[in-house]
Order: sequence, then C-alpha cells, then structure tokens
Amino acid sequence: MDDIFILIPGRTSRQGTALNEGKLKADFIEETQTLFICPDDMARRGFVDGERIRIRSEFGQVELTCKGAKAGDLPPGLLFLPYGDPSSRLMGGETHCTGMPDSKGMDVQLEKLL
Amino acid sequence: MSDAAVMESEIRIVKDATCTFCGCVCDDMELTVEGKTITKAKNACVLGKAWFLNHHIEEHAVATIEGKPATLEEGVERAAQILANARYPIVYGLSDTTCEAQRVAVSIADWIGACVDTTTSVCHGPSGMAFQGVGEVTCTLGEVKNRADLVIFWGGNPAESHPRHWTRYSLMPKGQFVPEGRKGRTAVLVDVRKSKSAAAADIFWQIKPRKDFEVLWALRALVKGVDIDPAIEQETGISLAQMQDLVQRMKSCKFGIIFFGMGLSMTRGKHMNVEAALSLARDLNDYTRFYAKPVRGHGNVTGADNVVSWQTGYPFGVSLGRGYPRFNPGEFTTSDTLARGEADAAMIIASDPAGNFSQPAREHLKRIPYIALDPHESETTRGATVHFCTATYGINVPGTVYRMDDVPIPLRPAFDSPFPSDETVLRAIEKRVREVLRERQTN
Repeated sequence: MDDIFILIPGRTSRQGTALNEGKLKADFIEETQTLFICPDDMARRGFVDGERIRIRSEFGQVELTCKGAKAGDLPPGLLFLPYGDPSSRLMGGETHCTGMPDSKGMDVQLEKLL
Repeated sequence: MSDAAVMESEIRIVKDATCTFCGCVCDDMELTVEGKTITKAKNACVLGKAWFLNHHIEEHAVATIEGKPATLEEGVERAAQILANARYPIVYGLSDTTCEAQRVAVSIADWIGACVDTTTSVCHGPSGMAFQGVGEVTCTLGEVKNRADLVIFWGGNPAESHPRHWTRYSLMPKGQFVPEGRKGRTAVLVDVRKSKSAAAADIFWQIKPRKDFEVLWALRALVKGVDIDPAIEQETGISLAQMQDLVQRMKSCKFGIIFFGMGLSMTRGKHMNVEAALSLARDLNDYTRFYAKPVRGHGNVTGADNVVSWQTGYPFGVSLGRGYPRFNPGEFTTSDTLARGEADAAMIIASDPAGNFSQPAREHLKRIPYIALDPHESETTRGATVHFCTATYGINVPGTVYRMDDVPIPLRPAFDSPFPSDETVLRAIEKRVREVLRERQTN
C-alpha cells in the first residue's frame, strides 16, 4: 500500500476497437478496467494475473483487474491503464491554467482487495 | 419486391470514402454497403474496420427529454429554453462532427453568450497554447511522405492509436524524394514505456516518466553547442552519447519531423513540454529543414480548432459572455467551468464528458440541465436533460473534416440514416433560441 507508482493511461488497439462497439459494452469495460503492471512489481507485491486490486490517487479510487505486462514493456514503478472511465476517475479537477487536468504520470497507490 | 426492399438488399460500393475515427482521416476507403450495413471496409486499419463494420442504425427515439421519448420539435423547444435561460452556459465537444455543424454550434454560443470549448482542451489544448507561445514550424503529411528522412515520434503510440499514420504518411510510403520508402527513413520513438510502436523504430528511447522537458531541453542545448553534464543519464534515463548521436542525425538529415503525442501535452508541464519540442524543431532550422506536429486524436478535432478559430479568433476555451470573444485556458475551458461549479447549463455535441472528465467536473454536470447530441448511448447521453440521437458523420452525413495536418477532406457517406444530422438539429435549436431571445427583448 505504501509504494508510490506512476500511472500512464493510454490508448490500445482493443480500447479503440471496443470503443466502436460501445462504451457501455463488456469489451470496452473489461479493457479499460485492466491495469498492466511490471512483472517485477507483480511478484514483489504478490499480485497474480486476474486479481482485483484497488488503485488510489489523491483524487479518487477505482477497482481494477491486474495483469502482468510483457517483460521489458514497463519499468518497475510504472503502470499502464487503457483510457476510459476508471482512468479518468483518478484525475483531479485542477488544470494549472491549461484546461487539461494531469492525465498521464499520476501518482497512485495499489492495494490488494481481500 | 418493393423499391425500398430492393434498395435494402442491393450491394453498393462507395469509393474514396473517408474514415473519421482518428485524426489521420484516411480518404481512400472502399466500402461495401449492403442495405444499411457496411460489410467490408477495404484499406481500413483495425480501428477503421471497427468504426465502419460496427455501425448499425440503433432503435432509439430521435429525442428524449429526461429519459422519455419525445419528438424532434419537443426536444428542440426544451433545448432552446434551457440555453436561452442560462446565465453561464457552455457549448462543448465538437470533435466528432462536421465543420458545418461546428459552425452552427459556435453561432449558438455567440447568441447565448456561452463559453465554447472543444475536446482539444483535454487533448492537445496545451499544444495550442504552445503554438501561441513559440510558434509552429509546420508542414503537411504529404510533405512528410515525400521528403522526410528522419521521423521522430515522441510521447505517443501510433501503432495502436493511428495505425495508418506510418503506412500512409510517415514511414512506409515511397515518396518523391524518399524513393526507397521505409529504407530511406530513420524512425525514432521516445516514450516512457516500450509500447507496440517500439518494434517499428530504428532507435527507441525509454525515458524516465516526467522527464520529457529535460531531455528536449538538453537536446536544444546540444544543438546549440552547449556542454551537458553526463549525469543527465541518471536524471532522464538517456545517456549523453545517445543524445549526441540523435542531435547529429537531426542536424544532418534533409527533412526531419517530430510527431508528438499526448505523452507531452497530458503530463505535468503540458504546454511547456510542447514548447520545448517546438523550440527544438525551430532551432534545427539553422541547420536543415525540421518540423514538429501534434498527432491528433478524434476524426475532426482539427476541424474544431479551425472552425472555432475562424469564428472567434481562438481555437478553444473561448468565452462569448461579454459579446466579444475572450480566450483563457483554465478559466473558460470546460474541465474548469464544470469542476469549479460555474456553468449552469451545457450543450454537448459528440462527446462524453460524463465518462472521461475528472470527478468534480462530472459531479457538477449531473447537477445542471444539459443537452447532448450523439449517435450512441454514453454516460453523457444517459444523464442528459435532452438527448438527440443523430446520424453519424462520414457514414451517414456528408460534410467537411480536417485531417490532423489542417488539410480539409470531404466526406462521402455510405447510406442514409433515419436520424437527423448534428447540423440539422443545431440549426433548429439556433432558430428557436433566436426566437426566444427576440420575444424576451420585445416583452
């Protein structure tokens, strides 16, 4: 729970194709609720693929399914989450006079759901 | 068989159709249309195929008011009353509709003294601020195709977000001055993670998160001959030798370009990150031809920038509340006017802020009356006071969109929709808003 991770939301092929089927459909919801974690971090924190975890930022929290990223894709400490409703719920309202909240590179913490 | 049934069953080919899913706006689609379904989309990428082949005419009322079916006229009347009676209305979205519809939306904003803002503000809005700050050395994707021998992607994953960017414009095609195509170009990818795009790059830099500005600024220094401490590697994850190598390549190429994604504009630093990229490209023009362009997302988000600019003088985040346009990101942008609880009514066109804005902004949107125009159901349409189900641009509706390099492209629709276009609904709302305002003046 104490580690600070950096979260990068972004686009994936599946997020894009599922978007066309509908944002309220199962494929889009599943893709945007899957958090990719560096395999080293998965092992260190005792997470296994498919496990439900809670991710918390300064501004919000959501529950997601975790998945180990392909080796080398993510360095330790970095998380990737396909764009969608859950990633947006972690953003704050402050835009620092730009109109754009900090949407990438957010500090977050992870917690295993019991 | 009736004429209508014959029409429904016949197979038609629509050539040179335009895909409006992403900012590439590929206009070489060959669609096979059977009745009201597109069964093949030749030349489309995986995203384009999903865009065309998943398009179905849904069973839905043309309008709903507080979730109950209504006629178009009833919806227009309620929408006009909401907008005309608001004290701080906002008009938002616009990136997934035609320029013709965008133009009417800005006109409505002008009549009611609204803030008009587009999804640019939560996409490349900071890039728009950076253009104003340091300028943009710009070119078209056609020039990239025909001339670029060094192509740098920074903070983006085009393999998954813009699959045909490489094959149609920037890496693979044989160009007039790049006759070897891919072999004649060097591709560089800079990102915080090894995305699927990395495999296609000749050089991949995995930089530390939130260090884009530092790396770009160091490259600027090296271009200008300023010494850099080798300790920069500990700070950024990129060694001095790697930076010197790239600077040499940038200075010696014939035509270089940095395509930057939202890894720059959405990360802390935002417009300053983009200003660093734009400044680097500008500096390199002391040695060669070098450019920097944002990779834009939604099909007509670039059109939204253009239309709002030529109607108000500014690309997004514009207040018309005083009767003349004022531009101020952070004050008049929709994330802010909602999160601060200022807006008292909204009209949202082809966008889903209830599904992708920050929590405080979503909560305020739930508290105010708003109108949503969208062909599909979303969190935003579900919560709308008035929802108009509209026809899909590019598939059902003709018009104009802008490619990400500001080139206008015409749309060639595949088949008609039973639903009205955004432009039709907006024109009806504008007409009724003007009547309500006129009645108020005469009373």
